[in-house]
Amino acid sequence: MGMKFALNVVLGLALFVIIGVKLLGLHYLFGVIIPYTAVTLFFLGFIYKVFMWARSAVPFRIPTTTGQQRSFPWIKPSKIDSPYTKWGVVGRMALEVLVFRSLFRNTKMLKREGKITYHWEKWLWLAALAFHYAFIIIFIRHLRFFADPVPGFVQFLEKADSFFEMALPGLLITDVIVVAAATYLLIRRIIIPQVKYVSLPADYFALFLILALVLTGITMRYLWRVDVVKIKELTMGLATFHPVVPKGLSVIFYLHLFFVSTLFAYFPFSKLMHMPGVFLSPTRNLPNNNRMVRHVNPWDYPVKVHTYEDYEEEFREKMVEAGIPVEKPLDKPVEQQEE
Amino acid sequence: MAKLPKSDELFQSIDHTPPEKWWMDLPVELKPGRFCYPAKPKNLEAVGFPFAREWKPTDEDWKLPPNWREIFLEGVRERLERFRTFRLFMDICVRCGACADKCHFFIGSGDPKNMPVLRAELLRSIYRKYFTTSGKFLGRTAGARELTEEVFKELWYYFFQCTECRRCSVFCPYGIDTAEITIIGRELINLLGCNIDWIMGPVANCYRTGNHLGIQPHAFKDMIEFFCDEIEEVTGVRPEPSFNRKGAEILFVTPSGDVFADPGTYTCMGYLMLFHELGLDYTWSTYASEGGNFGFFTSHEMAKRLHYKIYAEAERLGVKYIIGGECGHMWRLIHQYLATWWKPPESLEVPVSPITGTKFEHAKSTKMIHVVEFTADLIRNGKLKLDPSRNDNLVVTFHDSCNVARGMGMFEEPRYVLRHVCNNFVDMPPETIREQTFCCGSGSGLNTDEYMDMRMRGGLPRANAVKHVHEKHGVNMLCAICAIDRAVLPPLMDYWVPGVDVTGLHELVGNALIMTGEKKRTTNLRGEPLPGMEDVEDEDL
Repeated sequence: MGMKFALNVVLGLALFVIIGVKLLGLHYLFGVIIPYTAVTLFFLGFIYKVFMWARSAVPFRIPTTTGQQRSFPWIKPSKIDSPYTKWGVVGRMALEVLVFRSLFRNTKMLKREGKITYHWEKWLWLAALAFHYAFIIIFIRHLRFFADPVPGFVQFLEKADSFFEMALPGLLITDVIVVAAATYLLIRRIIIPQVKYVSLPADYFALFLILALVLTGITMRYLWRVDVVKIKELTMGLATFHPVVPKGLSVIFYLHLFFVSTLFAYFPFSKLMHMPGVFLSPTRNLPNNNRMVRHVNPWDYPVKVHTYEDYEEEFREKMVEAGIPVEKPLDKPVEQQEE
Repeated sequence: MAKLPKSDELFQSIDHTPPEKWWMDLPVELKPGRFCYPAKPKNLEAVGFPFAREWKPTDEDWKLPPNWREIFLEGVRERLERFRTFRLFMDICVRCGACADKCHFFIGSGDPKNMPVLRAELLRSIYRKYFTTSGKFLGRTAGARELTEEVFKELWYYFFQCTECRRCSVFCPYGIDTAEITIIGRELINLLGCNIDWIMGPVANCYRTGNHLGIQPHAFKDMIEFFCDEIEEVTGVRPEPSFNRKGAEILFVTPSGDVFADPGTYTCMGYLMLFHELGLDYTWSTYASEGGNFGFFTSHEMAKRLHYKIYAEAERLGVKYIIGGECGHMWRLIHQYLATWWKPPESLEVPVSPITGTKFEHAKSTKMIHVVEFTADLIRNGKLKLDPSRNDNLVVTFHDSCNVARGMGMFEEPRYVLRHVCNNFVDMPPETIREQTFCCGSGSGLNTDEYMDMRMRGGLPRANAVKHVHEKHGVNMLCAICAIDRAVLPPLMDYWVPGVDVTGLHELVGNALIMTGEKKRTTNLRGEPLPGMEDVEDEDL
């Protein structure tokens, strides 16, 4: 639900920038105030949200065990999928965060010819992985606008990224990948009936916003060339807290900057928080060593129980008759009672 | 009870295409065979649960207390603080849909609200409305909705259409565990006295008599002794178990289903034979006469209350450690919850097998081991005389029980034992076993007759995999180490894969076990002739 709505919101945001910059000339608002506000919101929101999660207790140690437990020396335990040491957990989390281990397990169920069958389905995993890696490289590449001189690793990354330049001058492979992957994620959301059915406007919004952000960036690089020196003047001003707005920056840059700002501001209040969230997930970040090391529930409280004494009190006679030992003998022996 | 359609008709009728209307606009429709009878007031009162009353799910008016919404929302607030899982899982789902076709109930019903993602959204929408700013102001656009009686009924219906099997959480990139959401959802439902009787009856029984079935001490002893008669008849050897005996080395706790219903009873005979043959210094308890815990299907607190008796009894009897029988959710609780709920008594020691001397280091804190671990260690050390050919009439496959698989990680031990007690063992396809195993469709307290339609649907993926090995390898026996499995898989097999029977692992152990002083065996524990003994039995008669 809400795909059109989400698209309209993104288009509305674009219109807002065009009016603001072109008609009203609010360069300082869009060049300085909004970016600062967005980054502030990002950090405050991000910290708040993570703090709220961290504040919630972890009463039980409940990893989802996806491999053999550690029991006997002659049975090989699964050190990563059923980790029982700290390093095992680190390994599990690393695989989860770096290569999306769980998503890699994905299969596709089909009902046909009177059977249920399961099939290879790694496209979601592949697209998700490609998208995230391309995005992070692009993000790091942008550090060149916020540091002078540009750090070595940023230059290196950009060089590696332009490896395919021989095919097309100036082509950065991550630009291609991020658009392709985000488009795939959008298309699958629309054409897979179940995924479409569970989608919310927010799911489309995140994709449209990122696509808009990326596409304006690409436009600036390949089609509608902008004055990079002026842009760096602005970004360095922001980075050093001496904001200046150079004249003559084109509207496409303001669009790009505004989409970035929107993403920053929106991030902590959205599903995009899955990024820090995955680190805190108790089904993944806890060891499967429950019977070896006791886990303590911080809010444990006393509960009402039915003690053995209560139990014997009710059944003592029947127990004695059946020859089951009791703590407290009957007042009179069974035989006498029967008399 | 609704009449079941024929299995092929039911299969044909499953449609995974979502409906035209968006889920928030689709009012809940309580379909017969897909929900359970409500809890009787007396069963709620027995454990002091609130709002005990007569009501029917099909009634318009569920007689909720006037401030039910406040109670529910306060319950949500409290649990957001108590469970990081809950708060996190409410926030971080991206609705990628990887979980959608992983749920046995979705596969079997096609109902979109059975997709784990949507089952969680049912509650997430409430969370957004009352606990997030965007939800408060943007409402539906932000995926939020009001908590109405209609919505509460929907939550009730769908949280009793999840067996807490955790299969979806294996595939979720963030480890979102629907079991956790269902557990908390059911706690919230419980605050308003709307549990089901198939859960509350056993809870009330268990609290008073120590076991789900309400078996009183003398009857419990009778039943076990009846098994000893049966064993004597088959083997000529009579086990002499003890009850509530102080000073025993080991306390044995198993689900009461093993004492009560076929084919679990044969598994129970298997334990008795094994322990007798070893001369194990162990005792049963009529008080700690239940390893399972239906309290877990009401609330964490009730589960803790019911599991009290295990350590309490171990301490009272002065045993050194505890062995637990074959059971699914019992083992999730023992492995992941017991020692957190109740501190292991000082009097217990790290389990050591008196036969092999093996120290069970992996249970050094909880001091409780699985009987399958115990037996696997015996076999490994060559301490059992076994004749697996006695099970040669069987081609066995193994059903990993959800809780043992995804809440414990015990995969190899049962397979190791199986390979030594029978000659024909084949596994089902990899995407249907081990950590990817499918639920029996009736777990988490949903194994009742009035729920049969949903049970057969939920059990379809499991049955479908059994059918595959049945046709390909001639599998005729499904082995499971869970009491609920043993109770619910037989009707599931009859429905989807006739010709496949169900057994516990220790039934096969009991059959294969060569006991000291036994007579020539002609039948198995079920009284069926052993392979090659079909004629011998006739002569004896």
